[in-house]
Formats: sequence, structure tokens, C-alpha cells
Amino acid sequence: MERVSGLSGVKELTRVQELVYELRIGQVMTKDVITVSPDQTIAELKEVLRVNRISGCPVMEGEQLVGMISLENLIRALENGELDTTIREKMTSSVQSVRADESVVSVVTLFGRLGFGRFPVMDHDGNLVGIITQGDVVRGLLKQMEVQWHTEEIRRYRASHIFEDIESDQTALILRYAVKAQDFIHGGEASSKIKRALERLGAHPRIIRRIAVATYEAETNVMIHSHGGEIIAEVRPERMRVTAIDTGPGIEDIEQALKPGFSTAPDWIRELGFGAGMGLSNIKSCADDMNLESSLGTGTRLEMIFQLKA
Amino acid sequence: MTVQEIISALGLEQATGDADRLVRVITGGYASDLLSCVMAGAADGNVWVTLQAHPNVIAVADLLNLACVIITEGTRLDEETLGRAREKGIPVLLTEETTFTVVSKLAELGIRGEH
Repeated sequence: MERVSGLSGVKELTRVQELVYELRIGQVMTKDVITVSPDQTIAELKEVLRVNRISGCPVMEGEQLVGMISLENLIRALENGELDTTIREKMTSSVQSVRADESVVSVVTLFGRLGFGRFPVMDHDGNLVGIITQGDVVRGLLKQMEVQWHTEEIRRYRASHIFEDIESDQTALILRYAVKAQDFIHGGEASSKIKRALERLGAHPRIIRRIAVATYEAETNVMIHSHGGEIIAEVRPERMRVTAIDTGPGIEDIEQALKPGFSTAPDWIRELGFGAGMGLSNIKSCADDMNLESSLGTGTRLEMIFQLKA
Repeated sequence: MTVQEIISALGLEQATGDADRLVRVITGGYASDLLSCVMAGAADGNVWVTLQAHPNVIAVADLLNLACVIITEGTRLDEETLGRAREKGIPVLLTEETTFTVVSKLAELGIRGEH
């Protein structure tokens, strides 16, 4: 089967945007926070920053966050020869903090708006639980993208190798779905599941789309017009057959049924947007081959063939 | 133009749709109340404007991988439809305005019918 490859630039950008909303600050922040006390000197701060290779940290008085101090504050103090003053005098005391359960997008906005390099992260009770820098955000995003890519790759890999891993002279995967008459609530469920299966199997998106459209039309036909039936998908490496079988009442005039715009659907069904008389012609334009058999009283059998090689 | 931007620009009521689906870029638009026409005509990533509001609308949107559905003329969603939209993650947006008005506003925002 053909593998899906090559994401467009637009799609990748969207993926990052999505992740920025999905990820919580708590997932990307640095948890081991180095802190200083407001009574320590600037000289001591210089050593803390140097030894830990950090450019700023929260100032804690006991359990209480009282300020933030950064390399920038340190440089200004050095310029004025104030190595012996306390951190309390040089720190930024109006602190903007973020919450661990907030979405990463909120801190990205703050970085842009306030120009600070780091924000302290608090839990619901106001306790300091971490610190977040722009570096943490980038690292978190990259890690998450890798994890998600791997999970989907593994799932895809396993599914797409079914036909290679299992040896036989001819292997086919059979998927069967029951379709109940007039069950509008679950209409489209079989098509939706078949679509997912084909995605996992690595079929080409354009082919999946054609199969999804045709299968949906066949499924709604069974749902609307029959006493109930079944959708059977038979997947082989090179082609797929979807059959919709029902138990009656059957089509009176097949030729007429195939005409675009012809429908026997009652008004109340048309009001729901069905019964446009386009179903079978949609199927015809989506399937590589189709065959419709019906006999009054016995039922209808619609067979659709799709080539899976693009 | 993203789903979120359309919601803001048209002042739509957001019935469903997770944050990650709202940042999706819209590829174009399609308007019809006939499901088969939508199946034949709407493209991947499109916004679909309709006054239909039942579970099969969600099925169609999901099968076609549409960006969102705008339901017009003040039609409300029943619980089944809401539940299904949540399950499939489809953003469903509501408005009191007519399909024609919504489509003309979308066109002004640069959303096209061809894709």
C-alpha cells in the first residue's frame, strides 16, 4: 500500500499551533527550581547563577514567593558596584506568575507581551511548583511532536504490514458492520470506521476520500430504504471491495434508480437532507467499478470496487 | 483564516470544538442542505454552511474531514448531535443568520468555493 508522506508547510505549522493549546504548562516546565532568599547578597546570587548555569530565579521568603531576580538585575548591580546589597533591593517584586494547569499558549502570549525571560509556575494553592522559560516551551513542543509522531508511526507501521506479516496465497481483511433500518442516530458509523481502518492501513488520502463518500452513500441507502442490512469491506493489498447488502424490499426499477435526481425517499427524510437522488450517482463517480443487483421482496446487493494503488 | 478567526469575525456561538481544532486553517467553503451534494462537493478542510442539524451532519463532516460546520437560522442541536460532534471533535458553530448572509460574510473574509 502507498504510504502517506510529505506534510505541507501549512499543516506542520498548524500542528505546532495545536500543541501549544494542547500542552499544559506543568508538562513542559522545569520542576527542580533553584531559588534564592531575599536576604542573600548580589555576590551570592552571582555564584548561584554561575554554578547552575541559569539566567534568573524566583526569590523565596520561606514558602512565600516574593520576587524574581535575573542576570539583568545582576549586571545593573555590578555596574553600580553594589555586590554587597541584598537581593531584596534589586529584585522585581511585582511578580507575574502562571498556573501549572494553564495551556502553554497563555505563557507564550506573556513572553511576547511582558518581555520577561521566565515565569514562576504555581499550583492551585499558590505554591511554587516550577519555572518556565522560552527554552522549556520549545523543548516541550519538540518532545511532544516526537512522541506523537512515533505513536502514530508505530500504529501505522503495524497496520500497514498486516499483508506482509501474515503469509498466505491471498490475504484479505474482512470488516463487517450491521446497519439498522431508520437508525439515523448511528448513520455513517460504518463508513467512519472503515475510513479509520484505511488510514491506519496507510491508504492514500484521495482514495480514502472516494471510499468514504461511496460507502457513506451505500450505508445511508440501507438505512433509509431497507429493512436493515450489512456493510462488508474486503481489503486486499491492491484493491478493496465494499458490499452493501439488505434484506428488502428491493428496487423496482434499477435503471430509474440510477438516474441522478431520482428518489423514492418520503418527504420527512428529504427534510433531513437525504433523498436528493444523488446517492447512486455519487457512488458511481467514486468507485472504480460498481454492480447493483436487486429483486423485489428479497433485497438489494450493491458491490463497489476500489483500486488501492494510486 | 482559522476556525477561531471565523468564530470571532462572524460572532458565532460555539457549540462544540476543542481548542486544537479551532486553530485549523480553512481551505474553502461549501453550502448545501443536501447531504449527498455535500459528499460530492465539499473538500478536505472546508467550512460547511447548512441549516440541517442532526447526527448525520456530523457523520458527513467527519468523513470529509471538514474544518467546521456552521448551522444557520437559529437551529439548535439536540443531545445526540452534540454528543456525536464532541466524540468526533468537529467544531459546530451556531448563528441566527441565514445561510446566504453567512456565506456572503465568509466570502468577504476571502473564503472561496473552489479549492
